[in-house]
This record gives sequence, C-alpha cells and structure tokens, in this order.
Amino acid sequence: MKISDLSLVDLKQRLGTSGIYLRTGPFVTRLQSKIPSVVNNFARLYANNSLLENIGFVDFHVSLAAPHGLRRWYRPQVMFHFDDQVPFKPLPYQQAFPMMEWGLNWCISNHAHQYLILHSAVIEKNGFAAILPAPPGSGKSTLCAGLVSRGWRLLSDELGLITLENLDLVPLARPVNLKNQSIDVIKRFAPQAIFSPEFADTNKGTVALMQAPVSSVTRSNEFVKPACIIIPKYTSGAATHLEQESKGNMFMHVADSAFNYSLLGLTGFKTLVKLIDRCDCYTFTYSKLEEAIRTFDELATVNSITC
Amino acid sequence: MRDDCLIVRAFSRPEIVASYNPCDWDVLIRQARRGDILARLYVVLQQCQLLTNVPESAHMHLISAWALAQKHERVLRWEVDRIQHALNETGIPVVLLKGAAYLMQDLPAARGRFYADIDIMVSKESLPVVERALLIHGWMTVKLDAYDQRYYRKWMHEIPPMRHRRRQTVIDVHHRILPETTRAQPDATKLFAASVPVDGNESLRTLAPVDMLLHSATHLFYEGELDHGLRDLLDLHELFVTFGEDENFWTKLQERAQELELTRPLYYAMRYTYGFLKTPIPLSSMRQVEAEGPNWLLRGVMDALYKRALVPSHPSCDVYLTSLARWLLYIRGHYLRMPLYLLIPHLIRKAFVKEKKNK
Repeated sequence: MKISDLSLVDLKQRLGTSGIYLRTGPFVTRLQSKIPSVVNNFARLYANNSLLENIGFVDFHVSLAAPHGLRRWYRPQVMFHFDDQVPFKPLPYQQAFPMMEWGLNWCISNHAHQYLILHSAVIEKNGFAAILPAPPGSGKSTLCAGLVSRGWRLLSDELGLITLENLDLVPLARPVNLKNQSIDVIKRFAPQAIFSPEFADTNKGTVALMQAPVSSVTRSNEFVKPACIIIPKYTSGAATHLEQESKGNMFMHVADSAFNYSLLGLTGFKTLVKLIDRCDCYTFTYSKLEEAIRTFDELATVNSITC
Repeated sequence: MRDDCLIVRAFSRPEIVASYNPCDWDVLIRQARRGDILARLYVVLQQCQLLTNVPESAHMHLISAWALAQKHERVLRWEVDRIQHALNETGIPVVLLKGAAYLMQDLPAARGRFYADIDIMVSKESLPVVERALLIHGWMTVKLDAYDQRYYRKWMHEIPPMRHRRRQTVIDVHHRILPETTRAQPDATKLFAASVPVDGNESLRTLAPVDMLLHSATHLFYEGELDHGLRDLLDLHELFVTFGEDENFWTKLQERAQELELTRPLYYAMRYTYGFLKTPIPLSSMRQVEAEGPNWLLRGVMDALYKRALVPSHPSCDVYLTSLARWLLYIRGHYLRMPLYLLIPHLIRKAFVKEKKNK
C-alpha cells in the first residue's frame, strides 16, 4: 500500500493519532504529527512511498509537535521528537516539514553505523552508480535533482549508505533538498516534478523539497555497486569539464565528508580503501545543467558497455 | 524486581529474548538506547549465543551501537594516554575511576560500555599541580559562575570539570570519592594506599577490586539522578561476577566496607543487583550485609523507589508514581551529600538561577 492510497483526511487522522509507518529504503519510521504543513507536504512528497500496517519493529519513532506553553501562540515553534526525546532546539513553526527531513537524516546518520555513511548524493543509470560527495553549496543537490529528472535513479541526495561487507549502495529514495537559487533552476529544468512550497529563512537559506521519482521509490530495495565517485563543482560560467582525480586525494575528500568514517575506525578505513580502489575518481566542473547531464549520460553509456 | 520490564528480563535471563516478538524488540531496543546500554545488550546476547534470535532490523541497531562502543573505547584509551602524557613530568600517580578503570584493567564490565566523562583521582595536596599540568596540556575549566566554582572547590570531592579545547573531552579530577559534606567520610588515603597499577605502570593506577566495587556502589547509591541507573547496576553486576571468583573477595569486601563506612551502599548494591539481575552473591555475604541494612520500613520505601528509578527513563518502563520516585531520589541524593543548612540555600539558588536562564 502506498501513502497516496490514503485520503488526505485518513492520512491526517492517522498522523495525528497512532502515526503512520513509513518505509524509506531499509528503514521503517513511525511518524506522528498534527501539524497541517507536515501532513500536507508529507502527502505530496511521500505519495509513492510504501505504507506499512504496524509491522512490529520500527527503526525510528519520530514526531513533530508544537511545544507547550506560550510558544504555541507567541512566535510559534516546532520541536522534533525522537522516541520522546528532543535532540535539537526548536525551529520556527513554518519550518516543520524541512525539520522533519533534517531530523530523519539525523536519525540515520546517528543510528545506522552498520553502514559507512557518506555525505553525498548517490544516483544510478543502467547499473552504473555514481557517488557525488561535496561540501554544501557545490551544486551537488542541483546536479542530483537534474539527473534524476532525466532518467537517473535517485538513491539519495544527502546520505550515501554503503554496506561494510559488500560495498553495496543502499537506496533511500527520499525527497531531494534544494536550496536557494537551485530551486528555480530545477523548477525550470523539470517543471513536471512535484515540489513542496519554499521555506524561507531556514539555517540553510530558502529550501524546497522535490519528490523522488516514482521508479526510484519503487526500486528502493535494489542495491547497486558503486562505479565512480565524482566531486561536482558548480562554477558560474565555467565550461563542462570532467577531470580524473587522484585516488589519494579522493580518499581524503571522501573520508572528510563521511559522517561516521572515524567512528568506524579500522573498519571504516578498510571499507573506504576498497571503495576508492574499485571506483573511477573525477572532479566535475559545470555551469550548464543540460551539458552536465549529457556528460553523465556518456559516462554511464561507456561504463555500461565495458561492463 | 521489575520482571515486567523487557530490558531487565533481557539482562537477568537473556535466553528469554528467544520468545520476544518484533513489538517486544521494538520496545527493548528503545529502552536499551535510553539507558545507554544498547551495546552492552549486544555483548550479553553475543556471549549467550542468542544473536541468531534477534530479528534482522533490531540486530542492525545492536551492530550500530557496538560500532559506537568501540569508538568510545578508542577515544577513552587515547584520553588516558594523553592524561598520562600531561602528568608525566609531575610524577604524580593518577588513579583512574569507574569506566576508565574497568577498561584499562580489561574487566568484563567495560565490554560494550559507553563513556561520557573520564574520572580520575589524585591526592588533595597534588591538586594544584595536576590542575596546572592539565591546563598546560589543553584542558580548560568549564565555564562556571563564581558560586559554582566556590561550591565545587569548597564542598565537593572534585574540582570543576575540565574540557580539552581541541578534543572536547571532559575530565573530572577527584581527590576523594564523596563530597566533604557527607556523613560517611571514606578515607581517600586508604584508597590510594591500596590502589593497584595498570599493566605494571606505577603512575597509572586503579582502585583495588574491593574498593572499585565499593566506589561503584557508593557512586550509584549516593546519586540523585539515575539516568544511567541500570547501566551502573550492570557495572556492579559484572564486578561482583568477576571479582567474586576469588573466594576471599567476599570477606575482604565486607571488612573494607566497614572500615570505609560504606556498608549501606554495599547493602543496596547487593540487594538490587540480585533483585534486578540475579547476580550470584553468596547467601552468607548477603545475610551479613542485610544486618547493616535499613529497618523494614525504610527498606520498603527504598525498594519502592529503586524499583521505579533503576530502569531506563523510557515511558515503557514507567509504572505508577515513577516520576515521584525519581524526584524523591533526586532530593535524597542532595540530602546525602550536604547537610540541610547548606542544601536548602543551594537548591533555592539553583531553582532561581535556572528560572533566570530560562527567561
């Protein structure tokens, strides 16, 4: 059963009481909230996700609620609850939905050390999977959103999960988080996609979320082996340019951007060595999204042939 | 005691987890996470070869917690190394307390344990030198107002916590095991005298087994905030099991408790490790300690309180009056540490300052 099979009234009723059990990739989250913007945006952006009837074990018990007391009326706020605990400071009430997204990312990056967790986007086409690690502001999410609206499969725009034994990439297929100028860029580039409203004045500026492609969501139990790692760099006016990166540099870059590389100790090191060994490594400079996607498509074609 | 609580049952009779259904696992993992004992649960299930009974999704959380525990262990070992390095020139021997001691002595109590701050003890005379050495090597006193500074320095058994400016790790430097203001005044020099070296290193030491156990018991049963109550009880359980293999241990423990005026915490430690975790404590020791225990009325009250408070503070562990029990133990913790004429102004001030900060 999918989220979209529920009527909005039904969804609202469930979210407001016992909660709904949402599957995203390997995780089951129980989500509760009475906040209308959470209900509405959730219905919109997670429409294609599987809904589970209570299956028993839940990975993350999450709820979003307004605090008690004065703050319900005066500059209203929202709090993220993880199993009745409050791991973060409250945010303005209007930011409830992005807070849910960040909170879910936090749940994974803090409690799923059975994976090496990279701060990166992961996408795949014809069995060719690319990891895009990059610091915020490098255009990683923009490129990722562009690619997945042109037939690439979205595994994640933020969290690259890699199994420690087999080096499988584990999909999450959750909405893509777009920031500032990239919101308009992607809206023009993929007008058919489904977006949340824009949330202004967050810690990350203005953000909006884009629904994950249906096919990515339905294939979110299909693991894939990584084939290459590409550091994207958006530079205004720059020519599209794919350049080989040394494995040493890439190792340091990925280690730096991983959430739990040092936590995993020797296991983390060994996993990363294997990952870098098997992947082609590039830096990719771009300014035009269409051209960027053409380069990625060529890369996927070449690699699918050699496979 | 508390056989209604999944986490207590899982530790006292691990084989019972074979009968847990996915909903039970859901609750169990959350209780263990709240009590900071998820990795300890992993260790116990592994030792009892019960991991095959764990549903795949719950297993992942145990693995994840185990990875985190290993990280904690690495960090703590490095921290101990850095402290030794910092104090090396002073020549002052340092006694590791609690978690750091269990780890450096390779005790089973350290397996799958999470560590927050690192606790050490040095003699009172050496405090200024130690504090200066730590300062030079990057530990800074955590920002406190003048009142808190004075409170620590005058009444407490430790100086204000120090945080390393780069690693952000916190060290608590003690010079005794209870505040200067408690009725029981275990003599710190006796503890130093009996302390044992770590791996033959005379300047890095831990308390001797009996003292280690008594300190652990004292710490838990003088404590007012029991967020880690079950974890500390599990520590005690492991210490009883490990040290109890030496048959002289129990008599020595008894005698030492009397000598240090710590029979009461030992009584509670035995009563509740046995009550919660079925710790194998010889009947004769139990009887002797019971003679030192409180009267039947107080015993009833304490049982009622600890039954409620020695489990993780997760809603699924709460029973009728749990929050009242926790509150009363909080007050008791303070009352044991300070006479009323100090305590009342202190609590009033704390309440007042908190109000102010919240505003």
